Amino acid sequence: MPTHHAHAGIYALVDANNMYVSCERVFQPRLAGKPVVVLSSNDGACIARSNEAKDLGVKMAQPWFQVRHLEKTAGLIALSANFELYGDMSSRMMAVEARYAPRQEVYSIDESFLDFTGVRGDLVAIGRDLRAAVLRETGLPTSVGFGSTKTLAKLANHVAKTADRKPLPYPRRLAQVCNFGRMNPDELKQVFAATEVGAIWGVGRRIAARLNEGGVRTALDLSRCDAAALRRKFSVTLEKTLLELRGTPCLDLDVSPVVRQQILVSRSFGKAVTDPAGIVEAVSEFASRAAEKLRAQGSVAGAVNVFFTTSPFRQHDRQHGVSITVPLVRPVADTRILVGAATSVVGQMFRRGINYLKAGVMLMDLRPAGLVQGELDLFEEANRKGLVEGTPARPALMATVDALNLKFGRDSVRFGCTSAATHGAELRSWATRQERRSPRYTTRWEEMFGVAA
Amino acid sequence: MELIRYPLRMYSFERLSHPAPAGSEPGKPVHAHAATASAGFGSPGTDATVKRIDLNDALIRHPQATFVMRTKGDAMRDAGIDDGDVLLVDRALQARSGQVVVAVVDGDLVCRRLVQGAEGVRLQAAAPGRADIAIPMGGQLELWGVVTTVIKSLLG
Repeated sequence: MPTHHAHAGIYALVDANNMYVSCERVFQPRLAGKPVVVLSSNDGACIARSNEAKDLGVKMAQPWFQVRHLEKTAGLIALSANFELYGDMSSRMMAVEARYAPRQEVYSIDESFLDFTGVRGDLVAIGRDLRAAVLRETGLPTSVGFGSTKTLAKLANHVAKTADRKPLPYPRRLAQVCNFGRMNPDELKQVFAATEVGAIWGVGRRIAARLNEGGVRTALDLSRCDAAALRRKFSVTLEKTLLELRGTPCLDLDVSPVVRQQILVSRSFGKAVTDPAGIVEAVSEFASRAAEKLRAQGSVAGAVNVFFTTSPFRQHDRQHGVSITVPLVRPVADTRILVGAATSVVGQMFRRGINYLKAGVMLMDLRPAGLVQGELDLFEEANRKGLVEGTPARPALMATVDALNLKFGRDSVRFGCTSAATHGAELRSWATRQERRSPRYTTRWEEMFGVAA
Repeated sequence: MELIRYPLRMYSFERLSHPAPAGSEPGKPVHAHAATASAGFGSPGTDATVKRIDLNDALIRHPQATFVMRTKGDAMRDAGIDDGDVLLVDRALQARSGQVVVAVVDGDLVCRRLVQGAEGVRLQAAAPGRADIAIPMGGQLELWGVVTTVIKSLLG
C-alpha cells in the first residue's frame, strides 16, 4: 500500500482507556489488574470502571450501594473522583498527542480528534508511536482509531479498544491501533457486521432499540439503509451519521445530547491569538456555551477548567500551554459565575510573545441540579467575590456547629445531604468521602506524591 | 507547575519549551531541546528578549512528562537525596545506568539508582545498611521516570 503520499481527509480519534482508573494506576501501580471503580462525588455512582470491574458486571453509572458488596466478595476497590488529577493528566496527554498532527480538537477529558490530512507516513506506525509516547510520558494507555470521517475514526477507536480487551468480535491484529483506511472492503464489511448499531457514535440507546425493531442491528445493516428514509423516520442527525459511516464527512456533526461527566467546549483558532483580550473573549464564549449545555442536561458544575495552548505541531513557535482548574465552593450552572471563574484566571497565566492557537473550557465535577439542597449560606463572602474555594466560612456559624457536636456527640450536625439516587441512604460526611479520594498529586503542593526511599 | 503557592486554592499548570531545532520534519514528533546544556538544565534561550530567570523554564525540559514527588525515607542519602526533599521526575527520558530513577517494585514506587551490570539490573540504594533491589537476568523492571533534580528546602 503506498504510504509516501500525503493522506487526504483522515482523522484519528485517540482516547485513554478507562481514563479515571488509569490516572489512579499511574500513581498506584498495585491497582493494575484489579477491579477498580471511581465514584462520583455526590450520588455515589460508578463513573469509571477498570476492565476487571466491568468483568464483574459493574455497569456504567451504577449506584455504589448496589455493588459495594463486591468489596468483600471480589476485592473491588472504590476511589472517589479526583477531578483535579484527571484534568491535569488530561492536559498532559493532549499535549503529547498534539505533536503528531497539524490539528487537534480536544473533544472531552479523555478524547481528542487529530486531523492527519497532509501527514506522510504509515498511519498505523504513527499511531503506535503516538500511543507509546503517551504511555511513556504520562502512564496512560490509549486506543487509536483512524477513519476518513470522525464517525469512522470513533468506530475504529472502538474496534481498537475492544480488540485489545477481548478476542471477539474483532481480530487481535486490530488491537490498540486500528486504521479503517488500511483495510480492504471485505475486512471492513466483517468489522461492520460484527458491530452493534448502538456502538456507533451518535446512536444512543433509544435510537438503537428503534433501529433493532426495524431489523437494523449492525453497522453493516445501518450503512445499507436509505439515507432519506432514515432522515424521515429518525432525524437529520442520524442521516449524517449514516453518511459519515459511508465515508462522506459531514461538518458540524452534532451528536445527540448524552448526559456527560464533563462538558468541554474548545476550538482551535484560525489565526494565532497574541493578546489577552482575545483569549478572554474566546474563553467567555466557550464558558457560556458550556453553561448552556450544562443546564440542558440538568446538571451543575463543581469546577471549571480553562486551558489555552500553542500548537506543538508548529515547531518553530515557542511553546506554552496553560491548564487551570478553579474549584467552586458550590456547584452552579449560572453562566455569569462560570464565565467569571473562567476568565478570571486568564490574565495571570497569559504570556506575551506567544502564538496561542487553541483554547477551551471544561466543566467538571458535574452533579444533578436537583440534588443541591438549600443550605445555610456558609460562604457569604465567597458569593460576593465569585465563589472561589478556600474562602473561610462564617466563624459564628461554624462555632455553633462545633459546640453542638461537642455537646450532643460527633456528627450530630453534618454538612451532608440525602439524595434520591441513593434511595435515602445518607451520604458520607465530607471527611469520610475524602478518605476515598487519592491525593491531588499534581495540583496541590502539599499533596504531592511521596516516593519511598 | 508553580513552585510558589498561591494564597487562593487555585492551581495552574504551565508548560513552556523552546522551538525545535531547525530541520525537523513535519509529522515527526518533536524531541525537545537537542541544544540543552550538558549540566542537564534547560537552555536559557536563544531569543533576544530578556526576562527574569524562571525555574520552570530552567529545570523542566518535558513539562507534560515531569512530576513532582517528595522523598519518604533515607535510602538515597549518600546520593544527596534526603528524606523530605522534592524530586522532579521526568518520564520522557530514557533511563541510563548510573542515573537515579523512580521504579515500580511490588506495585509501589521506589527511588533508587539504576545500575546495569553483568549479572543483571540492580536498583541500588545509597545509604549504609539499605539493601539494593536486584532484578535477575530476564526479569522485568518497570521504570517510572528519571530523577532530574532534587530540591532541598533549608527553611523549616
